[in-house]
Amino acid sequence: MASFLVLFVGLLVMGGLYAGLTSAGTASAAGTDDSPQAIAKGRALFLEGCASCHGLNAQGGSNAPTLIGVGAASVDFQVGTGRMPLAAPGVQAKRGHVSYTQDEISALAAYVASLAPGPAIPSAEELDFEQANLQQGGQLFRTNCAQCHNYNGAGGALANGQAAPSLKDATPQQMFTAMLTGPGAMPVFANSTIAVEDKQAIIKYITTIRTSPNPGGMALGRVGPVSEGLFLWVVGLGAVTGVAVWIGAKTS
Amino acid sequence: MTTQAETGPIIKAGGAAADYVDQRVGVSKFLKKNLNKVFPDHWSFMLGEIALYSFIVLLLSGTFLALFFKPSMTEAVYHGSFIDLNGIKMSEAYASTINISFDIRGGLLMRQVHHWAALMFLAAITVHLLRVFFTGAFRKPREINWLIGNALLTLGILEGFAGYSLPDDLLSGTGLRIAQGIVQGIPVVGTYAAMLLFGGEFPGNDFIPRLYIVHVLLIPGIMLGLITAHLMLVWYQKHTQFPGPGRTEGNVVGYRLFPVYTAKAGGFFFIVFGITVLLSALASINPVWLFGPYTPTQITAGSQPDWYMGWLDGALRMMPNVEFNAWGHTLSLNVLVPSLIVPGILFTVLAIYPFIEQFATGDRREHHLLDRPRNVPTRTALGTMSIAFYMLLWVGGDNDIIATHFDLSINQITWALRVMIFIVPPLVFVFTRRFCLALQRRDREKLLHGYETGTIMRMPSGEFFELHAPVSDEERAVLLAGVTYQPLELDDSPDENGVRPKVSPLDRARAKLSGFYFGEQIEKPTAEELEHSAHHAQELADGYARQLESGGAPSAPSAGDKAH
Amino acid sequence: MSHHSHDLEPAAHGGEHPDNPLAPGLPQHKLRRTDVDPRAAKRAERQISLMFVIGTLAPIVFFFLYVYIPGDKLILIPFIGQTSASNFFLGMTMGVGLFCVGAGAIHWAKKLMPDVEEVAERHPIRGTDEDRATAVAHFNEGVEDSGFGQYKLIRRTLLGALAATPLFAVPLLKDLGPMPGDKLRNTLWDKDIRIVSDVTLNPLKPSDIPFGGLVSCVPENLEKVEEETGNLNARAKVPVVLVRLRPDEIRAQQGPNWDYQGILCYSKICTHVGCPTALYDQKAHTLLCPCHQSTFDLADAGHVIFGPAARSMPQLAITVDSEGYLVARGDFTQPIGPSFWERG
Repeated sequence: MASFLVLFVGLLVMGGLYAGLTSAGTASAAGTDDSPQAIAKGRALFLEGCASCHGLNAQGGSNAPTLIGVGAASVDFQVGTGRMPLAAPGVQAKRGHVSYTQDEISALAAYVASLAPGPAIPSAEELDFEQANLQQGGQLFRTNCAQCHNYNGAGGALANGQAAPSLKDATPQQMFTAMLTGPGAMPVFANSTIAVEDKQAIIKYITTIRTSPNPGGMALGRVGPVSEGLFLWVVGLGAVTGVAVWIGAKTS
Repeated sequence: MTTQAETGPIIKAGGAAADYVDQRVGVSKFLKKNLNKVFPDHWSFMLGEIALYSFIVLLLSGTFLALFFKPSMTEAVYHGSFIDLNGIKMSEAYASTINISFDIRGGLLMRQVHHWAALMFLAAITVHLLRVFFTGAFRKPREINWLIGNALLTLGILEGFAGYSLPDDLLSGTGLRIAQGIVQGIPVVGTYAAMLLFGGEFPGNDFIPRLYIVHVLLIPGIMLGLITAHLMLVWYQKHTQFPGPGRTEGNVVGYRLFPVYTAKAGGFFFIVFGITVLLSALASINPVWLFGPYTPTQITAGSQPDWYMGWLDGALRMMPNVEFNAWGHTLSLNVLVPSLIVPGILFTVLAIYPFIEQFATGDRREHHLLDRPRNVPTRTALGTMSIAFYMLLWVGGDNDIIATHFDLSINQITWALRVMIFIVPPLVFVFTRRFCLALQRRDREKLLHGYETGTIMRMPSGEFFELHAPVSDEERAVLLAGVTYQPLELDDSPDENGVRPKVSPLDRARAKLSGFYFGEQIEKPTAEELEHSAHHAQELADGYARQLESGGAPSAPSAGDKAH
Repeated sequence: MSHHSHDLEPAAHGGEHPDNPLAPGLPQHKLRRTDVDPRAAKRAERQISLMFVIGTLAPIVFFFLYVYIPGDKLILIPFIGQTSASNFFLGMTMGVGLFCVGAGAIHWAKKLMPDVEEVAERHPIRGTDEDRATAVAHFNEGVEDSGFGQYKLIRRTLLGALAATPLFAVPLLKDLGPMPGDKLRNTLWDKDIRIVSDVTLNPLKPSDIPFGGLVSCVPENLEKVEEETGNLNARAKVPVVLVRLRPDEIRAQQGPNWDYQGILCYSKICTHVGCPTALYDQKAHTLLCPCHQSTFDLADAGHVIFGPAARSMPQLAITVDSEGYLVARGDFTQPIGPSFWERG
């Protein structure tokens, strides 16, 4: 019983620390309009478009997680990339058509943020990656991200039909909020483990490589040797074999 | 030759040079015999040439790369013109590869030429091997050349993997990590073998310099020797040819070495070289600067080998996790079986295949006329079965790319493949054999009854018949070609004293194998049958003509109607 | 022009196939347009020469392109995008040049060189009985002269010497690498070694690790060791991942309370063939290897739930030091990475 109590207290302390850590982020949330009007508008939108799955008080349902404590960042990512509202129940929410305007997304975010402290939408300063260290970003990307999203951010397969999405269309803010909140199967990379300037470096690296030129010619999808092999068999061997057929054909 | 040509200035100058060489080397004796050597012409005979020319392209581009590449694992800090990696720690091998790509003009082109040519080399060897297999070109007297070809394929795969591993980028290092894990997992000697190969633990400081000398000297040296032997044997034994009019087991029909074959083969070298360079101008291959330098803590999704290693990777992925621990020792069948045992068996069976087939046929004759694949249904079916097996492993090696591009689950793909690998190849075998026999049946029909023209004629007597056109002489030569074997029967009937002769197990095995190969086949029409059918056709035509003469009006041919 | 010579048969005389008595001779040779129409032949000559002219000019153009296109110049090419101008134009010039030389030669052979197929007889590959007898006689004579059969002692000692010669290589190859010893059983992890994030090398407190989080880590002493040894051997064995689960989600661990407040530390090196395994699914608490897709359940003591790996991912017992930073409680209790024979 005593050990249980100690554990319980420990957990409480832990939870408090965690909440404190993340709420520190909330306080500096320049990207969120947390006025009562915004919250009210967000609640109205929530009841209309989200509550059927997430519950009237965002407490979650049988098919949907609770949104209490997920923070504004999570709403911004999920709704801002069109993952929510979910197009169809499936293994994984996918980037899709964005159903809400930026104002509406902000209002929804404000409402969810008002429920409990959670990761906030990064401020403009936090998102400013111009001064970040590109090379360090590459190292961090290859250590923390490439295992799922591939060396070029092209995405890759995960277990049981899930996939790490391509980062081709992700905005810096979406990359940032994705790291903060860990949507879907993705783990959370909080500011305590990957600091803001490291996140900026990663974002700088991704935005650099995904538009980087292909000095060698066609990129072939940048998925590695599989597409190269396919290209060789179809185009390369196809071309030389075609010439061989020409050589062997009778001349008329 | 005309007298004008003999006195032309080119011939004159050439003559002086030839005279000089001949007096010292005696080259005229060789040229007398070989300049008018005849080579048969067929596009599929050039597949091996693609491999040969790719090899030359590899030697040329590889020599260029060797001038700039530093095969060293010594740590360097990169400060070249590729800004993304500026100030990053890496090996000198990787740094020099980045330098070749960005700071040596034409270096990227040569790197890409080298890599595309390597993929082309192994693809060409593969299709060349399939051509030789399906046409029976490995039969006596060419078994030794088959073995040399097999050795070249194996060495080519090793050589390719070594080249893939040298730049020390994240993909190549991951490949080496896997190779090291496989070696380390070999029973009894694995731990020691891995330590000796890598100069200690993975990755060490030694492996890339060691791999380099293997890649640029040892393996290519052996390959060069084997390729020379391969070509000398082709030269000496003369090339095989497809059956056709005028082509027999005793002759070669084709064009002379000089000038036609020289022009075509020499031109084809430039074509293969040119197309490889064009590929390198147009399509990026192995962009190592995007992968980053190798470090054992990093990995990228889609870590794949080049295509020729893909089947081995697939086998590793598909194998269930079987491992035994007993008496303080570990036996990792999950690594050993897919990476060493299965490929070992496959390469061994491939190498000894000509001897297996010869054992079944008992045929010791030379064969210079190629088989049409349909005429040897069991061999053809074994071939397509092996292709199916190989391709399933290939799919296994690409399952993550397939999963993301076709919205599938890697788990489901792997489970499906684990089942399909046992079911699909036998089905392909059965289907191919049936298909070959059906084609043989059609050939027989064609020989006996000619083509169905689709034209229906009506006899004035009211009888319908379809006009059949006899096959041409040329086609008949093709359709009749091929050796028909009878399955070997075991003769163990009792002699006059009622004693059964002893049959050795070897003979029993031979009879079984022979039955497997030739138990079911369609007999080719005999000379009598052919004569009879020709006679019958003549009778039919005569009868028609007679009826026409006797007053009946010919009915208009109505194309399209099929007689039953 | 004549194509006959003493060992070439004229085309019409195709021999008979032993299995194919009805096989006809070679088909009638058909004349090509270039054989009958001098204008077609002239046209072919011009085409061939044009290809050779391109083949001649290409290296000259290549030379100028090499000199005048800077190596870092980029250019936008349709279907390719931004690409290196140098690579593109040098490659196109060289490729087209080589291709034209080849195409010219082949076009020449097909259009203007003789296309009458010729027949050469095959000769038996084996030597005649007489050749064989002579060869055998020569060989026997040599054996006789050498006394190879006579001097038994010489013969045996020679064979012994030849068999022994390769043994020189065995000790020479021994120094290729050290003996395994217990190298595969130890890593840098030890009691009170701090767990720091990879790349940034920050020590971590439990409160830094969020639920659902993943941190790729190395031991604090790695950098120093790497500087001393100059290789990556230590790095290949130490990578770990830190994840945090709610205590009720943890079903099993490899040792009692090896976690710290739900923070679990597992090796990142796959037990199959050694790839870094860091595809962490924070919902399913599984670690997936991108090489061969072994999947480890970190909530259940790192057990393999899919794929070819046979052994669980080794767990590292952790705690915090006096300053509250996460540290190892000792080294791994089992070898990390791929199996080996002596592993047991």
